Amino acid sequence: MSGRLGRWLRGPRLFWIALFALTWALSTWSFPLYKALGARWIIRYPKAWELPLEGWLSAAMKWLVEEASFGLFTFRDLTRAIAALIEAPYRLVRAALIDGFSTGYGQQAEQWAPPLSWLAVIFIVVAIARYAQGWRLAALVGGCFLYLAVFGQWESAMVTLASVLIAVPIGVAGGLALGIAAFRAPWFERALRPLLDLMQTVPVFAYLVPILFLFGFGPVSALVATVIYAMPPMVRVTTVALQSVPHEVTDAGRMMGCTRRQMLWKVLVPSAMPTLMVGVNQVIMLSLNMVIIASMIGAGGLGFDVLAALRRLDIGGGIEAGLAIVVMAIALDRLSQAFATRQAGAPLVAQGVLRRHPWLVTVILVVLGTGLVGLFFPPVQSYPESATITTSAFWAGAIEWINVNFFDTLERIKTFLLTWLMLPIKRFFTGIPWAWGIAAMGLAGWKLGGWRLGLPAALLTGFIAASGLWGKAMVTVYLCGTSVLIASLIGIPLGIWAGQSERANAVIGAIIDTLQTLPSFVYLIPVVMLFRVGDFSAMIAVVLYALAPAVRYAAHGLRSIDAQMIEAGKVAGCTRRQLLWRIKLPLATPALLLGLNQTIMLALSMLVITALVGTRDLGQEVYIALTKANTGQGIIAGLSVAFIAIAADRIISALARHARHRLGLEA
Amino acid sequence: MDDPVMLDCRGVWKLYGPAPAQFLKAHGGAPDAGALARAGMIGAVRDVNARIRAGECFVIMGLSGSGKSTLLRCMARLIEPTAGEILFEGRDLLAMPERELIALRRRKMGMVFQHFALLPHLTVLQNVAFPLDVQGIERSKREARAREMIALVGLEGREDCFPRELSGGQQQRVGIARSLAVEPELWFLDEPFSALDPLIRREMQDEFLRLQSMLKKTIVFITHDFDEAIRLADRIAVMKDGAIVQTATPEELVLNPATDYVAEFTRHIPRAKVLRLRTIMEPDTGGAVAGELPADLTVAEAAARIEAAALPFRLIEAGRPVGIVGRQAVIDVLVGRGKP
Repeated sequence: MSGRLGRWLRGPRLFWIALFALTWALSTWSFPLYKALGARWIIRYPKAWELPLEGWLSAAMKWLVEEASFGLFTFRDLTRAIAALIEAPYRLVRAALIDGFSTGYGQQAEQWAPPLSWLAVIFIVVAIARYAQGWRLAALVGGCFLYLAVFGQWESAMVTLASVLIAVPIGVAGGLALGIAAFRAPWFERALRPLLDLMQTVPVFAYLVPILFLFGFGPVSALVATVIYAMPPMVRVTTVALQSVPHEVTDAGRMMGCTRRQMLWKVLVPSAMPTLMVGVNQVIMLSLNMVIIASMIGAGGLGFDVLAALRRLDIGGGIEAGLAIVVMAIALDRLSQAFATRQAGAPLVAQGVLRRHPWLVTVILVVLGTGLVGLFFPPVQSYPESATITTSAFWAGAIEWINVNFFDTLERIKTFLLTWLMLPIKRFFTGIPWAWGIAAMGLAGWKLGGWRLGLPAALLTGFIAASGLWGKAMVTVYLCGTSVLIASLIGIPLGIWAGQSERANAVIGAIIDTLQTLPSFVYLIPVVMLFRVGDFSAMIAVVLYALAPAVRYAAHGLRSIDAQMIEAGKVAGCTRRQLLWRIKLPLATPALLLGLNQTIMLALSMLVITALVGTRDLGQEVYIALTKANTGQGIIAGLSVAFIAIAADRIISALARHARHRLGLEA
Repeated sequence: MDDPVMLDCRGVWKLYGPAPAQFLKAHGGAPDAGALARAGMIGAVRDVNARIRAGECFVIMGLSGSGKSTLLRCMARLIEPTAGEILFEGRDLLAMPERELIALRRRKMGMVFQHFALLPHLTVLQNVAFPLDVQGIERSKREARAREMIALVGLEGREDCFPRELSGGQQQRVGIARSLAVEPELWFLDEPFSALDPLIRREMQDEFLRLQSMLKKTIVFITHDFDEAIRLADRIAVMKDGAIVQTATPEELVLNPATDYVAEFTRHIPRAKVLRLRTIMEPDTGGAVAGELPADLTVAEAAARIEAAALPFRLIEAGRPVGIVGRQAVIDVLVGRGKP
């Protein structure tokens, strides 16, 4: 027996167990240790050693805004010019959707044309959906927008839509340009990659502050933040899409004598179009997500309604506005996906504008018609208030009913999980002395990828300690860890089930798709209604948000196993259980690890948003910085979150690489 | 009487690995296989010399990894060779500036690809017209020309289809039509029929022969299929490990393989299909004959007629009698008896 244990403990396994045991011991006894030695530095990073990064950053920001100059113009002028460039089209879209076109300002403003009537907007989206896919999609999208009108969310929804309509083209064009540059110049790609990593991992709140400084409170800041947040995936998708155009096709282009420009616009981009459209879909969804968050810095719209309702604890109002976001997200998602999979029909040869563009002509007629009729008959112009339905009371009642009848049950679940799962994990992480934390990260990195991984891991962790954020960072790690654990416990079995049964896959896939469409903000609403504020609510919201990748990757991992392997197992006489545990799961390990990686990334990005429901972690730090408009504090805390994300990403990617290597899937 | 040389490759090398140019120089421009292996270099193309004459069909035959595709791409300068010279109609292709190269490709070269390389977002008509579009030729003109080409490859009625709606054979017909739209003088075909089913491949080979008999292009054709090479080639270059082992007509290749490697390919080739009557003829003694035949027919092509006749046939080359061929000689070839 001891011989078996000895064998089991040999090699890498021993290392990990020893590392964990040591960490656990130090975490448990760090406080007595500090008392015994009288060395306070063990549990607290000494104030004197903290880097005054915060001050430096704030000063740099101040200099940038107040003094920086490029000779001919100041930095301030530059940001003003950018703001003007963004503002002009935004005003135009807003005028078309909400305000109407008017001349003059303030009191003297005179409206000379109304905004698009609600009927016209619905007709336009229906026509687009019909063009992109067909009548089924048209019905869905039309229904979604009709919902917005009937439930009285029209105006807010149009504000949100206006922001999306401006942010998406900028994000797509910018992403395309950067992606093309990265495709053409490998050095540019190498330089861009870490920047993109940062853009995607630094929580959005963190850069809201500097953007506020540069662009002021208002829709322009919100749009800039949205573009920064939504662009990175487009850059990556563009580069990958262009790189995966078959060599033969580019060779064909060269042999036909294409110039560089012709090559790009006539050969590469059109060939890569289906993949590029996936990127566009991502930009749209991320923009919508961010527009909601950005409502905090003056974008207004549906996000603002949700936030206001949450603050008032207006349950019904919050759920209604939240549902409106969901509805809009689903409509925009399906619409853009339809464009991604759309197959062009044969070119029309019929003559005449009406014959060639029947839909365009009808749309123009409807827009003009409803505009004119609306002048004399207002309900055509804007949906009559008296006809709106509100479900606010219903939702408030429903939540109240649940709270009255299930309060004890919910409370018992909450207490149980808090006592037996969350608090022990919290004690473990917050007890780890900072010095050992840095060393442990370094050692783990070194074990998996040599000093090239160990050193950066230790440095990233060291940065967090040196910024004086160790305690809060550990709370973040604990919340993230717990959420990821629970998300994996729920998600991986679901994924395994979906990976083995077609029917389960259809149902689970549809649910996961919808969950992923929802802006992160929406998850907060029901959770807060049922569990009030605190770590537990945050954890539940994070689990809901981060569940999708765990399910997806597990299902995908099981599906992509070579069918021959499974046949070989069956022929060897495996039972279904043996087949799963001995063949499928080991082979799916790399995919499971990648899913874990993605789950962690999503959990971290959601954690910062859950600061709104009262966690005491880095998210809170960022959020406080936002309310105090403290640039340095916000950026440092944001970078700390990003560094946790990057360190976790690198270490888990290394694990996945090891697993693939061991399975012989990769040399 | 040889036709003028259109494409002349002199000592072409393409090495992959660290600092290939320096490596080549360090070894006096001609490293052997051992030196390459020791340095961890891959010799994709090694010292290739080939002269492609106007109007001939030059087939480069080799197994996968023999460097034939790399050589073709060097000839079109899609890949920069590490060393060597490539002359197109006497002009140095490798020294040509980008603009001239583009102009040359636009007017004088066409290429067909193994996996067709059609643009997925364009219709058949637009795909075929694409090379002309790139040159800025106006729409009505280029589409008229494209329609002609589509008719030439027998795809009338499919103009408005998208590539994904066509079978593999039809897609390659589009690829061929596209490459011919600019009336190229030099036509590159990179394993054009390898991705097709055997039956379709056969059909496309016939189609290719029909087109070539009409158009008389200068052709560089890549294949890994020796039977295909025999069928289509005027001359064949057999490649192995980046070098050309032997360049010869199909007939010479079968009769005198230069190495065991070449002999391995030719062994199963029915000699009747490559031997020409000229090769097995006897001196004309002026006796009675059953008729006259062109001297460049293969034995297989003429066998039925010669066997059916009691008397030998007189062979005609360039309008003059050159010899006679009798039944016995043909039968010897068919049953594989005696020397050629």
